[in-house]
Amino acid sequence: MAEIKVDCTGETCPVPLVETRKALRKAKEGDIVEVIGTHPASKKEIPLAVKALGLELIGVQEEGGVWKIKIRK
Amino acid sequence: MAGKVTIIVHSGDMDKVYSAFIVANGALAMGMEASLFFTFWGLQRLKKGGLEKGPLSKMHMLGLGKWMVKRRMKKAGAASLERLLQDFHELGGKILACDMTMQIMGIKKEDLRDDLISDYCAVGTYIDEAKDSTITLFI
Repeated sequence: MAEIKVDCTGETCPVPLVETRKALRKAKEGDIVEVIGTHPASKKEIPLAVKALGLELIGVQEEGGVWKIKIRK
Repeated sequence: MAGKVTIIVHSGDMDKVYSAFIVANGALAMGMEASLFFTFWGLQRLKKGGLEKGPLSKMHMLGLGKWMVKRRMKKAGAASLERLLQDFHELGGKILACDMTMQIMGIKKEDLRDDLISDYCAVGTYIDEAKDSTITLFI
């Protein structure tokens, strides 16, 4: 089980969403993908994508305008 | 969530081509399929070296408006059209080119970015794609 980190700091729509999807496609079942970013809407939308893809959202954290989203494939 | 988005990209304006790719890439990111059907002015953007060449749909002002918008986009961290296109391709999006536009405008296959185009087709293919789509747009 690998942990894959995706850094989307400073990126805007639709890059964080797309980079999350790209990482999830490459991940194996059970792998954890952690996305870090600053684009506010993506913090809400990445969890929507996780739900749409039928994957598990482990958690969403935010500190000082930087959010971190953990997903299990 | 399954489903599919099919978009007719009729406009070749930079901002509208952006809209098409952003919607399509969002759909792919959320697990949907996406097809872009490039026709008329939109097809110009599939010419080799043509992707970023579109004018701004409003306030182009001989290129000054576009230059200003591009500068602001860069500042905001917006991706280039080339990056959006590569992401679209990587996530399995399908690009269709209208063959009638090619005839009318004298565009040959070798003028286009053939490696990215899934099919050269007509309205029948668009309808075939769109009839199974949950979202279809004309841009």
